[in-house]
Amino acid sequence: METGSNQVKIKTLVNKIKPRFWDEANHPDQPGLFNYRRIWKLTVLCVSLVSITPLLVLSFMDYNLSRKAMRAEASFPILRLVSNTTLNVGTFLQEKTSILDFLVQNTEYENLKSSDYLIDLLSDINASFGGFADLGAINSTGLQTAYAGPFDLEGNDYSREEWFNEVAQKNIYISDVFRGYRNEPHFVVAMKKYLPGNDWFILRATIDTEEFNRLIGSLNVRPSSDLFLINKQGILQTPSAFHGDVLERVRIDLPEPDSDSAAWKADDDIDFSGLVECGSTDSSMVTIIESQESQKFLGCSLVAKSPFIVIAVKSQKELMQSWWKMRMELTGFMIISIASILLVILVTATYLVSRIHDADIKRTSALHKIEHTNKMASIGRLAAGVAHEINNPLAVINEKAGLLKDLFAYSDKYSKDDKLISIADSIIHSVERCSAITRRLLGFARHVDVEWKKVRIDSIVRDVLGFLDKEAQYREIQVNLETEGDIPEIVSDQGQLEQIFLNIINNAFAAVEDKGKINILISSYPQHIQVRVADNGCGIPPENLKQIFEPFFTTKGDQGTGLGLSITYGLVKKLGGDLSVESELGKGSAFTVCLSKKFNPAGSPDMNCHT
Amino acid sequence: MRILLVDDELELVSAMSERLNLRGIDADYATTWKQALKMAEEKKYDLALLDVKMPGLSGLELWKLLKEDYPEMKFIFLTGHTSQDDFKAGLNTGHKYLLKPISFDVLLECINQALPDSPKREG
Repeated sequence: METGSNQVKIKTLVNKIKPRFWDEANHPDQPGLFNYRRIWKLTVLCVSLVSITPLLVLSFMDYNLSRKAMRAEASFPILRLVSNTTLNVGTFLQEKTSILDFLVQNTEYENLKSSDYLIDLLSDINASFGGFADLGAINSTGLQTAYAGPFDLEGNDYSREEWFNEVAQKNIYISDVFRGYRNEPHFVVAMKKYLPGNDWFILRATIDTEEFNRLIGSLNVRPSSDLFLINKQGILQTPSAFHGDVLERVRIDLPEPDSDSAAWKADDDIDFSGLVECGSTDSSMVTIIESQESQKFLGCSLVAKSPFIVIAVKSQKELMQSWWKMRMELTGFMIISIASILLVILVTATYLVSRIHDADIKRTSALHKIEHTNKMASIGRLAAGVAHEINNPLAVINEKAGLLKDLFAYSDKYSKDDKLISIADSIIHSVERCSAITRRLLGFARHVDVEWKKVRIDSIVRDVLGFLDKEAQYREIQVNLETEGDIPEIVSDQGQLEQIFLNIINNAFAAVEDKGKINILISSYPQHIQVRVADNGCGIPPENLKQIFEPFFTTKGDQGTGLGLSITYGLVKKLGGDLSVESELGKGSAFTVCLSKKFNPAGSPDMNCHT
Repeated sequence: MRILLVDDELELVSAMSERLNLRGIDADYATTWKQALKMAEEKKYDLALLDVKMPGLSGLELWKLLKEDYPEMKFIFLTGHTSQDDFKAGLNTGHKYLLKPISFDVLLECINQALPDSPKREG
């Protein structure tokens, strides 16, 4: 029930705002009228396209540009963090290797071969610099000849270790972070020193990563961001806040190094060499990676002469918050703009098309009225001609019949013959009837322009009813004419009034069934005379009542022109009167004509219609 | 009393004059304006019945001629046409204006009104 009544409400609302031309899409019978609904649709579509497309394009461009700018701005702190960290880590490593280099260059190999010396040395450098876990000297065969540190590693053979071969080739080596015997993350720095006679040895030191971690931790000030090192295989070298533990594989999809776009590799075979190369040529890069939860900014940079890659990750949410706010505002602005543009277009188009429609209807109706007037005038001329032509022979018949009657009446032989006299009388009577018809025809045909003179409304209505007498008799329609009060003469136009009442009473005849009833009541009011023509016919549906006086409104289909009542209405208005209608479906309709008693053709009538 | 009937329709005026004669009214008829003028010269008529629409001179034009020559003469107009112009012209003359076909009683009444003093013979 609720939804039903709502639907009815919506329907009535739609009917209220729906422009009049909407349901008059096609006028196959009115060549002067267009398909206004199509014009409206085309107008709305074209204007909307032309006005909204540039707005959309501009907004899209602006959106992209702003996003790029915001991203560039947001990525700048990452870049700075990455490069700072790279510099610091580089300095840290540089420091460690420099210490080792100093020891190698300035200490006799003989001394270094002694574990006791190394122990002293270790405690000395730890006191001065700190961070060294152990020291060891390894000869060219890979044998650890001396060791200072927490384990007993003296005499270990490293000749098969990969790092040993590497340092043999490159003279300097920095290892990845590993756990080793102590099960603590650490890394190794080794340096090769040539001895006289083409022999060489290696001084190797284990560096505690604690200091390393502290350094990186101190650089990463924001709790929401993450800063850590990985090696070239993607193994975490320092603790990460969000992306895994030390020596685990980093839990982040790393970017393809030589691509700006967001195409990522998530499998194990990430080619970090490319990333390293990228880092070495261009010291650092920032890119955006998309994970399932949120977008993140990722900056990375290779620390020179080391296996480490600095990675900084920041959530885009934090950096881009202002951008999102702006994006919301932009979208809201656009939606409001588009809505208002559409509203203006709709209102304007509807207004303009309605005006065109109304103007066209007026124009066509005026044309039809002229046509109708011309037709009436032609019919009038024709009728007048016919009546005139017939009147002369009728006069002859009349006189001849009269003479015949006289001859009978004045003759002794026939004066007593009533039959002959009555025959002559019936001829004369028929002639009278014919002449009444021609006179009425001429009376109707006469009036095209308004001619003001004194007329009697009741006698005009009687004249009109005289025309319809035959039809009323034939269809057994009961026509009652009543007058209420004394009906005075008023100044009006007889011919126009005849046409008005003929149209209205004709309509009543069309509305009633055979044996129907038509009541005509003429009443006199102080200001006006009112003629009410009521029938007990089919009635008019309420939705048609409003339009009934509009031109071209017809319910008779091809039978009607839809002009009768509109012309009648126009005529009543021209005479300064008013025409109204009330109707109940199935019970009948009543048309009421009000005519002012003191109508001034130049001014507007002042009266109220009593219906 | 003498009446002159002028109408181009011979059958009409002949029958009409005969009916008037039967009632003791001296009525002659003419079917053209020339004939009418000639007859008016020859005989003194008290009243002329003129058809408005006639070939040559119309009833109204004939009325103007007759009125000048015979100021005493009364007139009644006849017409089969009821157009506005005819009506107005007819009303402007100040004389009776009858529409064809005319009821004979009405015609007699009009004649009596136009010539109230004239002796009248019924019969």
